[in-house]
Amino acid sequence: MINLETYTKIVDDPLAYGWRCHAESPKPIIGYFCSYTPEELILAAGTHPFRLFGSSRNIRLADEHIQTYSCAVVRSTLEDALNGNLSFLAGTIFPHTCDSIQRLSDIWRINVAIPFHCDIVLPVKLDTASARDYYTDALKQLKADLVKHLGSPIFDADLRQAIKKTNQIKILLKKLYELHEKNPAAPTGHELFTIMRASMIMDRDDLLADLPQLIELFNGRPAGKPAGKGKRLLLAGSVCEHPDIYPIIEEAGGHVVWDDFCSGARYFDGLIDETAEPLAAITDRYIRRVACPAKHSGLTDRADHLVSLARQKKADGVVFVLLKYCDPHAFDYPYLKAALDREGLPNLLIEVSDQLPALGQLKTRFEAFIEML
Amino acid sequence: MTEKDPEKEKRKIKSTARMQEIMTNYYMEAKTAADAGKKVAWITSGGPVEPLVVMDIIPVYPENHGAMIGASKMGVDLCEKAEEMGYSIDLCSYARSDIACSPVNGGPIGGLPRPDMLICGNNICGTVLKWYEIQARYYNCPLFIFDTPFCHTGYSEEVEKYVKRQIGEYIAFLEHECGKKFDYDRLEEVGRLSVAGQRLWQDVLDTAIHRPAPLSAIDAFIHMALIVTLRGTQQAIDYYTLMLAEMKDRIAQGIGAVPRERYRLLWDNIPIWYRMKWLSETFAAHDACLVADTYTSAWCGSLKHLDENNFLASMPAGYTRIYLNIGVDEMAGQVVKLVDKYSADGMVMHSNRSCKPYSFGQYDIQRFVREKRDIPTLIIEADMVDERHFSESQIETRIDAFMEMIRQQKS
Ligand code: SF4
Ligand code: SF4
Repeated sequence: MINLETYTKIVDDPLAYGWRCHAESPKPIIGYFCSYTPEELILAAGTHPFRLFGSSRNIRLADEHIQTYSCAVVRSTLEDALNGNLSFLAGTIFPHTCDSIQRLSDIWRINVAIPFHCDIVLPVKLDTASARDYYTDALKQLKADLVKHLGSPIFDADLRQAIKKTNQIKILLKKLYELHEKNPAAPTGHELFTIMRASMIMDRDDLLADLPQLIELFNGRPAGKPAGKGKRLLLAGSVCEHPDIYPIIEEAGGHVVWDDFCSGARYFDGLIDETAEPLAAITDRYIRRVACPAKHSGLTDRADHLVSLARQKKADGVVFVLLKYCDPHAFDYPYLKAALDREGLPNLLIEVSDQLPALGQLKTRFEAFIEML
Repeated sequence: MTEKDPEKEKRKIKSTARMQEIMTNYYMEAKTAADAGKKVAWITSGGPVEPLVVMDIIPVYPENHGAMIGASKMGVDLCEKAEEMGYSIDLCSYARSDIACSPVNGGPIGGLPRPDMLICGNNICGTVLKWYEIQARYYNCPLFIFDTPFCHTGYSEEVEKYVKRQIGEYIAFLEHECGKKFDYDRLEEVGRLSVAGQRLWQDVLDTAIHRPAPLSAIDAFIHMALIVTLRGTQQAIDYYTLMLAEMKDRIAQGIGAVPRERYRLLWDNIPIWYRMKWLSETFAAHDACLVADTYTSAWCGSLKHLDENNFLASMPAGYTRIYLNIGVDEMAGQVVKLVDKYSADGMVMHSNRSCKPYSFGQYDIQRFVREKRDIPTLIIEADMVDERHFSESQIETRIDAFMEMIRQQKS
């Protein structure tokens, strides 16, 4: 019988989980940032992709290397690295996204003693032929770096198998989202959040074995109703690390039906073509997927996507969650908001620093917002 | 009429008047471009401007505009407007003030001329990408993104290939916007002018090697306007020729930028535009001169990659391998070179809330410089345009303590 407790434990203390894997399995663990890191390549290399979310709340060492006007993701992962809590990693991969991650990579390379340090300098625009070719070149480079560092070759067959695996995971995670959309009690928002977060940290074989059982478990659960009016909400704005705000929203009478987070639905958005040349196919998925605000793919693609997602999910309102000091998202907020306003879609902005705003205050704001819908 | 202080008069840089004249004409021409049948392109400070010059398009630099807004102390008002528009207070204040300027034609020159196109080079930061997207939506005009992959530890063949292809795309974009063919011979000519201008600018900055330095970084911040906005033109060359002659003359006469130069300091990061005079006077009161900086030297830092005899071919490296597009360790190495070249006794780093790519990594650069050269360093927390992040008394106290350390070290 599948136990959700395992998942809660992983999410509450991902580093303890990392250390346990390190002790129990010979698989090297590769830390990475952001959904632009192609996990398929890490898996194909026979290693364990471990997404870094940052667990340190008490920042001390990182303050000696980076200013306090950097986002919580950057500060707390750096703290984890500097205090040795990430020493179970065999390597770290930094995809090029925002200016903060770009400099974090430099600081990390200079100060953190994790053997394998890798940058994937992706293109910033995703909507031209030359950018597409360069994207594939950057993936080739990553593959070469992995091979060089780990000392074993990556064959196309390995890559194809890894692609199959991540595709299956994506299909099943999406299924969980759909279950929650239909029935807010199975899984609950909190459960969904927990599984989603854990899915980027866990050993993927274990995850893949678990997911069908989880779906079965939730299918067997009786239907529940959200508290209060059960207004359908979409979470947006996205941060590299989004907090678990589901319980507060649910208590206030909201039902989160979907999100546009890179650590949420964008993670499983779009499958990789299993028949095409693997690196070109991986590129293709990233180029088709709606862009992160640190990337460019047209002038209105993100707003168009958000509006159509809200319509498709029949959302009553949209809640933006923005992480303080996150530039790319902060720049997009006014235009995304304007697009929603134009469509008559009510929206609310919550700014998060390293922690959620005070619970009571947050609940009142959600209640007021939901009341208004 | 009040008597002018002859001592101060002697120290004033005379070329400044000429520069102001050129800049006024430049902005006037830009603002009346439409009447003259010319197109205007907004371009980032590190963007490839030479092809615009070839096409007779007037380049306009929103960052230079941001600096003017800061220097004329109009930053807070515009930044607050941007916040009302929904832009977070933590975003780059050049971007914020420019975005807020557009709908109201605010700022010291009543807003920038409307762009016909936007050219965004991300070799300085990711902020410009977002900023230019916003302006492309606002002005409903085409945007060309010149994407120069970041060089953490090196520069690869793949990067070169990608950037080279984009130069072709850029030229095709300009041909399309202007409805005429691109003249490649003229590009080589403009490229030669560009390189010559950058060399002269380097020569001007290098006069500060002399003791006392005839110009300070504060002067360089003002006079860099031309190497930014008129790069690739004869005008920039003529002006810096004039300025160089004046600097040599000052050296001959023993005129320094500050009355008694005893200590020489290096400045890091973008200036605090609204407090330049104050900073200059505060350091001068300690007999210290800010003799060089990492910012203004960035506009000649590409010389090692540019080839005046084959400009087109050298553009990818020249525009990709620039100061802000390289790793922190490589930057630190360059900072040490500046310390040596200008015989700096100390370093002042502006930790600039607005500019994350320039500021993150400063602590490691500071440590590196200390290890290599054992000179005192000071970090000032501020913002280049938004005065709300500037605490005068706190900074003054820190400068005093820092200068005390320098005095001790030197004695
Ligand atoms: S949250 Fe924003 S600023 Fe922080 S790493 Fe992610 S994109 Fe960069
Ligand atoms: S100040 Fe910094 S963040 Fe702002 S445009 Fe310049 S390089 Fe970019």
